[in-house]
Amino acid sequence: MSQRAGAAPLPEIDAEQTISVIVAFLRSQLAQAGFERLVVGLSGGVDSATAAFLAARAVEPERLLAVRMPFRSSAESSETDAMRVVTELGCQTQRIDITPMVEPMLALIDGPEEEALKVRRGNVMARQRMIVLYDRSVAFDALVCGTSNKTEALLGYGTLHGDMAAALAPIGDLYKSQLREVATALGVPAEIVAKPPSADLWPGQTDEGELGATYEDLDRTLFALVDRRWSAERCVAAGLDADLVAWVARRVAASEFKRQQPPIAKLSLRTPGVDHLYPRRRPGSRRGS
Amino acid sequence: MEYRIALAQMSPRLGELDDNLELTTRWLRRAADEGARLAVFPELALTGYLLQDLVPEVAMAADDARLAAVSRSVAGLLVAIGFVEETDDHRYANSVALLSDGELIGLHRKVYLPTYGLFDEGRFTRSGDRIRTVTVGEPLGQIGLSVCEDFWHPSLPMLQAQDGATLLVNVAAGPARAPGSAAGTRAVAGWHEMQNTYALLGTTAIAFCNRVGNEEGLTFWGGSRILAPDGTVVAEGPLYDEALVVGSLETDDLRMQRYGLPLLADERLELVRRELDRIIAERAGLPAPDGDPP
Repeated sequence: MSQRAGAAPLPEIDAEQTISVIVAFLRSQLAQAGFERLVVGLSGGVDSATAAFLAARAVEPERLLAVRMPFRSSAESSETDAMRVVTELGCQTQRIDITPMVEPMLALIDGPEEEALKVRRGNVMARQRMIVLYDRSVAFDALVCGTSNKTEALLGYGTLHGDMAAALAPIGDLYKSQLREVATALGVPAEIVAKPPSADLWPGQTDEGELGATYEDLDRTLFALVDRRWSAERCVAAGLDADLVAWVARRVAASEFKRQQPPIAKLSLRTPGVDHLYPRRRPGSRRGS
Repeated sequence: MEYRIALAQMSPRLGELDDNLELTTRWLRRAADEGARLAVFPELALTGYLLQDLVPEVAMAADDARLAAVSRSVAGLLVAIGFVEETDDHRYANSVALLSDGELIGLHRKVYLPTYGLFDEGRFTRSGDRIRTVTVGEPLGQIGLSVCEDFWHPSLPMLQAQDGATLLVNVAAGPARAPGSAAGTRAVAGWHEMQNTYALLGTTAIAFCNRVGNEEGLTFWGGSRILAPDGTVVAEGPLYDEALVVGSLETDDLRMQRYGLPLLADERLELVRRELDRIIAERAGLPAPDGDPP
C-alpha cells in the first residue's frame, strides 16, 4: 500500500466553537465551586495569553488577576508582552519578582558558589510561581486557571506541582498548533502568537530548541499516535520522521506519571480515586453552601 | 390529528435533586403553556449525569412521590423524564419514566450502558432487560421509550416499532466528544442521520431530547429534534444552548405513510428470529437450533 508523504495532518480546530465551549466550561466550573474570579500566571507567551483571554471572556476583566512573575534572567520582551495582554484585556495585574525567593533557597542548599543545574533551577522557579499563584488566589478569592496545553502535557514538558498545578485546565486539550489558531481568533496580539515559544527559564531557551523538533512536527506526530491511535509504522508510512515518532512515543509513555494522581497502596474497602469516586463538586461541597 | 410535543433541552444540576425537581417543574409549565400534550426531558434530568458514587444518594423508586409531583403539577400532559431508579431489590438503573397526572404509566431502564472511551456508566448503574412499548391511548397508540446509547443499537428501536410504537422517545445526555473539530460535527451528524433512518425504516415519529450544559470537563450538545414518520424534521433545537423545542406531528398521515411504505408489515420476523437463533448458537459454540441444517 502506498502512502503519501505528509499524510499525517495537523489536528484541525474550529476556533469559534472551541472558544464558546471553553468559556462555558470556565463559567460552569466557577459556578459549581462557588467562585466568581480567576487568577492566571501571565508569562508573555501564547499559552498564558490565550488562557487569560479566555478567562476574561468567562468573567469580567476586573474579576481576572494576571500575575506576572519574572525571574532575574527573564527576557525583557516577556514583560512587555505580558503587559500588552493586560492592557488589551483591562484585567487586574500584579508583578511579583520571584528572584529573591528562588535564589536564597538554591544558595542555601548548594552553597553560594555552586550554580544549580538548569533543570533544578527551572523546576524551583516553576514551583515558586505556583506558590505565588495559589497565595494570590486566596487573597483574590479566585481559582487558579491553568495554562498547560496538550502538546506539553503529553510530552511531559512541564513541572509537576509547578506550571502543571491549577484548579482547572481550559486549554489542556488543545495542541500548540490549535492553540495558536484559537489565540488569533481571540485577538491575542500577533507578536505573542508568532514568537518562538519559550519557558524562559534561562536566556535563549526555546521549547523547540529544547525538544529538538518544531511544534508542528510534534503535533502531527502526537495527533497521529494519540488521537488517531496509529502505530509507529503507520506514522512513518504517512511521512513522519521515524526517529521523531520513536522519541515522541517514548516520551509520552515515560511521562504518564505526570498526568496521573500518585498510586495509593490499597489497604481498605474504599480508597480515594479507586473505589471512592465522586464528581469534584457535589451537593454541599460548593463553597458557602 | 395534531399532536404537539415539547422537548426540554435543559441543563440539570449535578447531584442537586431538589433543584432539578424544581427546574423540571418550571420547564413542564412552559411546555404546557405551549400547548404540548407530551413533554420530554433529558436522560437523568433529575440528577445530572456524572454521578459516580452519588448514584445511591439520588436514586428513587419509579413510583416516588417527588416524581409523581412533577407530573401532577400540570394536568393532562404526558411527561417523559430521566432519573436514577432504585428497584425494590436495590438495583440501580438509568431509567426514563412516562407519567400522566402523577401516575406512572411506563418505564424503560437503559439497556446499553456505554462503558468505553469517555463513558463509565456500566460501573455505576445496571443494565435494563426489557424492550417494550407503552400504551398511551389515541392518537399515538403506543410509545417506545429509550435512553441515549440505546439508540446506537438499531435492534432496540426497530423492536419497538414492530411492537406497535408510532413514536420513539429517546432521552439523552450526550457529551460532545470533540467539539470544535470536524470529528465533533461528524458525531452530531451521526446521531441525526441515525434518527432519520429510524424514522424512515420504522415509519415512526421520533422525539429526541438531549441535554445541554457542562459537567466537569464535559459539554453536552443538545440538538434535540422531533421527526415525522417520513423522516421530515418537524422541529430542531440549537446546539449547546437551552431551549424548549416544540413541534406538532400530524398523526392522520401515518395510515397512508404505512400503506405507501409497508416496511414494518413486510418484515420477516420469523426469519429474523431463526437466523438470530442460529447466530446466537454459533457464537456460543452450541449445536444448531432444531431442524436447522448445518
